[in-house]
Amino acid sequence: MKIFRSSSDSAAQGTASARESNRLTRRSSSLGQLVKTLDSDEALCILDLGSTSPANIRYCTERGHKIYSDDLLLSSTDPSLATKDEAGNPALDSKRFLEENLVFPAAQFDVVFCWNLADYLDESLVKPVVGRLWSLLKPGGTLLAFFHTQEAGPDAPCYRYHIVGTDTLEMQLIDTRGDAKKGAQRAASNGFRLQRVFNNRNIENLFRDFANIKFFLARDNVREVLVVR
Amino acid sequence: METPKTTEFAHIGKSVIIKGELSGSEDLYVDGQVEGSIELSGNRLIIGPHGQVRAKVNAKGVIVQGKLDGNILAGERVELTKSAIVVGDIATQRVAIEEGAYFKGKVDIQREGVKADGARPAAASAAAGSSSAGSSVMAAKTAINDGK
Repeated sequence: MKIFRSSSDSAAQGTASARESNRLTRRSSSLGQLVKTLDSDEALCILDLGSTSPANIRYCTERGHKIYSDDLLLSSTDPSLATKDEAGNPALDSKRFLEENLVFPAAQFDVVFCWNLADYLDESLVKPVVGRLWSLLKPGGTLLAFFHTQEAGPDAPCYRYHIVGTDTLEMQLIDTRGDAKKGAQRAASNGFRLQRVFNNRNIENLFRDFANIKFFLARDNVREVLVVR
Repeated sequence: METPKTTEFAHIGKSVIIKGELSGSEDLYVDGQVEGSIELSGNRLIIGPHGQVRAKVNAKGVIVQGKLDGNILAGERVELTKSAIVVGDIATQRVAIEEGAYFKGKVDIQREGVKADGARPAAASAAAGSSSAGSSVMAAKTAINDGK
């Protein structure tokens, strides 16, 4: 495994140049590297697992790529997925979740934007979802994911990410009231909470079936990871 | 967006429920429920804020303010306003998605069909974004009115 430090001291300064009170911009070294792929002349197939982002759709379609948008975190709050495990504790029906989500019979992806999904997704869904993403990626395809470090704390806010430059992201606090309108009852009552913190070893294990993983350290208590199938 | 005048659009009101194949040769405003398919090849479809459509849609232009569950094939453009909830694939020349819209599916910008009047290639003119949404609405309205 290789570890790369962010190339610029000004990278990942989450508080810099806020356009709105709930929007922050940050430099992203991993995006900067991924853009080399996104800027290729080849028409790519891209999967965005974050909240619907007009900016990301624009960025990809302007380059002639096809983009699929699927807000997986929101989908995981579907009340009908609630079930109980063998001990009678509340759980999510991960089998049914995968039957209804991440089903793309006609597509394999060159790039998957996973963003911070793994940190906020229910524990029972994380490994099955990563396994499914492996099968959805083309060999050589790349997945971009962000992971909080321990220092972020349990109340780290959940952001959606918009691509606004070749190595610049806009972070927007997820409006759970808006999500509630779209059926995310649990999100409305509790908000999206950080479920866990992955250390480097956890991340390597999570993506053990992939061919290559690169870590990018940032200053805002977030690890950026590029994973290649 | 204001509700269009009934003289400009065929109008399906809030209390109307239609199941089956819906086709026509004039612009259509749907604020009720439609289930099946909507075929308006040379015309425009607006799904109003109360509209709930579960249908495959084929039209020249589509504006969604309400709910749509189904694939959209639009010859010119598709616009999702901030109140839109769309689950399905979009194939068109240009797309505008307003901040706040919910979209689950594929966006496929068709490169073919570039107009002979010097319009930019479709892929380069995709306009998904809140900043463009307001003017996009007006552009669509103008085009609709001009067509009448």
